[in-house]
Amino acid sequence: MEHYISLILKAIFVENMALAFFLGMCTFLAISKKIEAATGLGIAVVVVLTVTVPVNNLLYNSILREGALDWAGLPNVDLSFLGLLTYIGVIAAIVQIMEMVLDKYIPALYAALGVFLPLITVNCAILGASLFMVERDYTFGESVVYGFGAGLGWALAIIALAGIREKLKYSDVPEGLRGLGITFITVGLMSLGFMSFSGISL
Amino acid sequence: MADASAKQVLFEPIFSNNPIALQILGICSALAVTTSMNVTLVMCAAVIAVTAFSNLAVSLVRTQIPGSIRIIVQMTIIASLVIVVDQVLKAYAYEISKQLSVFVGLIITNCIVMGRAEGFAMKNGPWLSFLDGVGNGLGYSVLLIFVAFFRELLGAGSLFGVSLMPVVNEGGWYIPNGLLLLPPSAFFIIGLAIWGLRTWKPEQVEEPDYKMSRHVAKEAF
Repeated sequence: MEHYISLILKAIFVENMALAFFLGMCTFLAISKKIEAATGLGIAVVVVLTVTVPVNNLLYNSILREGALDWAGLPNVDLSFLGLLTYIGVIAAIVQIMEMVLDKYIPALYAALGVFLPLITVNCAILGASLFMVERDYTFGESVVYGFGAGLGWALAIIALAGIREKLKYSDVPEGLRGLGITFITVGLMSLGFMSFSGISL
Repeated sequence: MADASAKQVLFEPIFSNNPIALQILGICSALAVTTSMNVTLVMCAAVIAVTAFSNLAVSLVRTQIPGSIRIIVQMTIIASLVIVVDQVLKAYAYEISKQLSVFVGLIITNCIVMGRAEGFAMKNGPWLSFLDGVGNGLGYSVLLIFVAFFRELLGAGSLFGVSLMPVVNEGGWYIPNGLLLLPPSAFFIIGLAIWGLRTWKPEQVEEPDYKMSRHVAKEAF
């Protein structure tokens, strides 16, 4: 249990997807103008990550990894080069399925997430989490916790940035720096702040 | 842009319509790989190859793809190309491929590739699309190399791993600025680069959401 708690805290703060690894930056910068929109997107990312990372973990461990096809009588087959194609396919499919399920059973949440759900397919944070999971060889339980923590960290970062930007638009920024430029520098400062977590070892 | 000339398509994205500075595309995988020039150049070459050939391939099949599944088709094309690049890197540049770790795979979700396939290659012929891919890849590379140049030079006192300014630890005079090796510095450099670019080309400046009203002195009653 302790192991899982330290993993989740590490995923949220120390290895924050957005601020330590720059993943999901495009949507992070594009959809952080309003707090409501950022919250919607953040929730969507948490949900999608919590589902896709474990599913990809199962696929990797039972089909793709070297020697995983032992049960089918093919002990020497190594399909790990198909990894990228598989993960992105799984992500696209799960996002699509989730869209349909939410539309049918939880229309309120579906309406709240709106266009963000399909956009998530091309969010690097989602694919990145799956790739990190493979690289670090997580077990199934760890992958569930890691997916959830990574999503929560990303959501936290985008909501914080949206809060700052809502105030920032009233300030008098030098002309060339207006908009994207100042956002970059703000994110840099936030990322500097998050680095103070990196000394913590759990 | 249907009648755009080949030259325009190729060079426009480098400064006038830079994918990172103006279109907000492809920042995701860009920043973590800019600590040293070697790694950055390999990453740039990989991205140029993938954008160019995915644009070419998407453009070739653009009339055959049903509209409703075009995203999946594009994804599959891009993912296959990235797998090829990944395998080539693992075979011929293993050290660098280790340093890039997951970021090669993340070219798939690099918005430049998707964005150009969807926004340009679906509407234009193969040759122009290919050039557009190369141009956008170059635009991405220029900014990345710019960032990497400063990070490696000021952060480690070297370029391409060759020491130019001998650092104090090895008996030289230069005290390296450790901040530039840390992730946040990339944001500052890109922010400043955007500032510079927009001062040079003022038409890229964004409209402010709010204008400060002039200060008006009121007479006290």
